[in-house]
Amino acid sequence: MASLKDLRNRIASVKATQKITKAMQMVAAAKLRRAQMAAEAARPYAERMEAVLANVASGVTKGPRLLTGTGKDDVQLLVVCTAERGLCGAFNSSIARLARDKANALLAQGKTVKIICVGKKGYDQLRRQFEKNIIELIELRSVRQMGFENADPIGKKIIAMFDAGEFDVCTIFFSRFRSVILQIPTATQLIPAVIPGKAADAATATATYEYEPEEDEILASLLPRNISIQVFRALLENAASEQGARMSSMDSATRNAGEMIKKQTITYNRTRQAMITKELIEIISGAEAL
Amino acid sequence: MAAFHFELVSPEKLLFSGDVEAVGVPGAEGDFQMLKGHAPLMSMLRPGVVTVDESASKSTKLFVRGGFAEVSASGLTILAEQAIPLADLDTARIDAEIKDLEEDLADAQTAEARQAASEKLSHVKELKAALKL
Repeated sequence: MASLKDLRNRIASVKATQKITKAMQMVAAAKLRRAQMAAEAARPYAERMEAVLANVASGVTKGPRLLTGTGKDDVQLLVVCTAERGLCGAFNSSIARLARDKANALLAQGKTVKIICVGKKGYDQLRRQFEKNIIELIELRSVRQMGFENADPIGKKIIAMFDAGEFDVCTIFFSRFRSVILQIPTATQLIPAVIPGKAADAATATATYEYEPEEDEILASLLPRNISIQVFRALLENAASEQGARMSSMDSATRNAGEMIKKQTITYNRTRQAMITKELIEIISGAEAL
Repeated sequence: MAAFHFELVSPEKLLFSGDVEAVGVPGAEGDFQMLKGHAPLMSMLRPGVVTVDESASKSTKLFVRGGFAEVSASGLTILAEQAIPLADLDTARIDAEIKDLEEDLADAQTAEARQAASEKLSHVKELKAALKL
């Protein structure tokens, strides 16, 4: 049985931990609000972009390679976006797991897999199994507020690699932010571009567009831009998801610590009471013996 | 004058959304003015100034650094690479822009890229002169 002093120390240490988790939760809540606003502010652009792209792409029969792909799928590039920091529940591991499953499935089919890690935590988790496949780690640790200037170089790099013929299909992994308690790990194909709702839109409003300059030229500058935008969107969704995941996991950690303190305090009080009773019995029985 | 719906979005945020009477757009192949009932059009933009006339008396000017304009039945949408209200644009900002473009020009590998970069550069320089910054 632990002594009273041990129990006291244990309670004090759990209390200190609880203070930290509480503080982390509050910081995450404040950051979440900003990250969520940024993610929501970026949505209109991405949505309009998709609509415009769908309009243009449906009018073009023979698109550039970014749209149609190389016609092969032998070399696959996986861009895995995770957080730079831990202590956010299953956030990082669920993205890494999705990427790992995909990579394993592709390897089993005999494809070549290349991985770019954005964020250190995903790199740490994937390194164990795919050391040889990881070609680059992009760290965004020093970035406070995710801006388009952070996403653009990543998008440009992907396009440069594609133009150099280093891969055929590119997929990006990130976590979609639904709510504080729900983040969905998602895989989206970047190259060849997937145009959502292409069939539906094609029939309605596209036939009569005037293009200035020509369609091909617009498409040629629209597609690279779209990739940067998709990366940007993934990073923003990820940032919001990370804070959400951290907030809810720190909330449960705080609650857990509270319960632990309660239990320990009861044990402490019982032990203390038992000792007092024991001493009293000793004194009384000593007095009776006289 | 009749009003139509106009939206100006940059990657970071929605800058303007609402009904306007006319919008002056710096198209890649020449400036144009958008009024209600314009035929569907898709155009690239060059760096320049977008003039938004919300009503006869109220108008806003914004600097955009390239992008796309789409005119459809639902109105005009401008997808700007970057948009800054003209009031916030100062010498330092525009000089940084010029420096950026000069670097682009130096980095350009192909003749086409070089031409595109030098065109952009000249547009921004013209703009700087026009604004007397």
